[in-house]
Amino acid sequence: MSATNETPARVVLDPTGERSPATRARLPRLASLAGRRIGLLDISKARGDVFLDRVESLLRARGAEVLRFRKPTFTKPAPVDLRQEIATRCEAVVEALAD
Amino acid sequence: MASGAARLADPPVSPRPGAPPLPVGLVAFVKRECPTCVFVEPVLRELAARTPLTVYSQDDPGFPAGVAVADDRELCVSWHHRIEAVPTLIRVEGGAEVARAVGWHRGDWEQLTGLSGLGPGLPELRPGCGSRSEDPDLAPKLAARFGAARLRSRRVALGPAEDEIEALFARGWSDGLPVVPPTEERVLAMLEGTTRDPQEIVAVVPPDLVHCSVEKLAINAVLAGCRPEFLPVVIAAVEAVCTDAFNMHGVLATTMPAGPVVIVNGPIRRAIGMGSGRNVFGQGNRANLAIGRALQLVVRNVGGGRPGEIDRATFGNPGKLAFCFAEDEEGSPWEPLAQALGAAPGANSVTVFAGEGPRCIVDQVSRDPESLARSFAGCLRALHHPKLVLAFDCLLAVGPEHARVFREAGWSRKQLLDRLGALLQIPGEELVRGAGGIAEGLPESVRGATLPKFRPGGLLLVHCGGEAGLFSAMIGGWAGGALGSQPVVREIRP
Repeated sequence: MSATNETPARVVLDPTGERSPATRARLPRLASLAGRRIGLLDISKARGDVFLDRVESLLRARGAEVLRFRKPTFTKPAPVDLRQEIATRCEAVVEALAD
Repeated sequence: MASGAARLADPPVSPRPGAPPLPVGLVAFVKRECPTCVFVEPVLRELAARTPLTVYSQDDPGFPAGVAVADDRELCVSWHHRIEAVPTLIRVEGGAEVARAVGWHRGDWEQLTGLSGLGPGLPELRPGCGSRSEDPDLAPKLAARFGAARLRSRRVALGPAEDEIEALFARGWSDGLPVVPPTEERVLAMLEGTTRDPQEIVAVVPPDLVHCSVEKLAINAVLAGCRPEFLPVVIAAVEAVCTDAFNMHGVLATTMPAGPVVIVNGPIRRAIGMGSGRNVFGQGNRANLAIGRALQLVVRNVGGGRPGEIDRATFGNPGKLAFCFAEDEEGSPWEPLAQALGAAPGANSVTVFAGEGPRCIVDQVSRDPESLARSFAGCLRALHHPKLVLAFDCLLAVGPEHARVFREAGWSRKQLLDRLGALLQIPGEELVRGAGGIAEGLPESVRGATLPKFRPGGLLLVHCGGEAGLFSAMIGGWAGGALGSQPVVREIRP
């Protein structure tokens, strides 16, 4: 009977998520900061605010409008609502690290 | 192979998915090489003369003589209808099995057929033989042949010149050690370890947020070296880490050395041979290591969480290969960890904790609980940094010889935790930046305050380890609490 005699096929099952990541082109860089609305995302890690305060003053000095955002915790990805808000309201974003 | 006297199965056996329907009436499964089948040959002829009967022969379509026989040498019908022994007699009504007798037992056969006087002259009962579909050499092949259609994962054919172990390394599916090739046979055998449908979604696995089916999990359990009976524990562990409370994404992405530590409670610990005693965190126990490894492989392969990519650990720790163990409940002075965290007494459950590697606490002199608690507190104070508080949880593994001190003194789990909490109240002046000549520390504003080392609920006790050695061990946590990772308990379901 063939169930006893067949040669084991060297076929294995894919253990991965089998995803094909979508690649999207980056938006073009802003030609100038003047009059642009820039989001600053504080990831809520120690002293990230120190860095972003300085970035904000530098951006304002170049004529940019600055909106500040904050993740609830640095340990988790930004909530979808927050990402949507930034995408809707800003033309560019700076996501700051810390420590 | 004897397989017991005839018994009416109750409730009726349900066929495997995709089973060919059985004809209405009586259905018998036999093989010529079974002496009991030969013995009941006249009974089958008698039945065929009196009532609609279909006989499936597993080895010889000419057997039994004088009866129309359906050829089941391919074992398709036998396998799908879970025939475990022959002869098996089944009554089918309305397209479904309603009763089954295994072996020859006149009373059962008469009850099942509604006919009397069957097999005059035959003894009352005679056990059957093993079904060919249960032959240990054949069963995995049959499962792959007939069950593989249930599996949805992509098939990857290995090249004829490829070494199969090297091939899996080359595809990036390994954690650095050889993995077991996940063939259809092995994956189907693994799925026998759970009653869940292979396509049921267990969890959404970070960091890529991939919906992980029981099948994908079983494939990774094969890679890890699990036995099928480990699978329910792996499923529960994956469910537990893929929660917002545990925050697997953060545990994976952090530069700190934490990884998921899995603690198992309940009778399943013993049933699957988990280790809770000597060398509990070390090498040598297949269940501990394979379950912990399977969880990590799911995160790696399904979730896409690979070292150097989303996993940004500075050091990592050896437990990120596998860190899973059972609590020694039998020898513990306290209720099990999972129960202390809200699980039902006696329930099979996993607790997941985001932890680094264990470090030893040595105290070979203390014989009273206050002295030993002070030793623990002194060591716990230094966790991650003696000046950092309220930041990190800790899993304190109390060894049996230390636990004896608390048992003999009648200290409950809560008493020890309360005492440690009191001993770990630290004056702010010792914690502020610059104190002790150390820049690391807390802002000057806490100078006048007294702060606890651990947040409420941030110190967990578990009882495990070998019977000899006046030691305990602490497993430092990662960012603790709602802003980082919280321990999560999940029931293990079959």
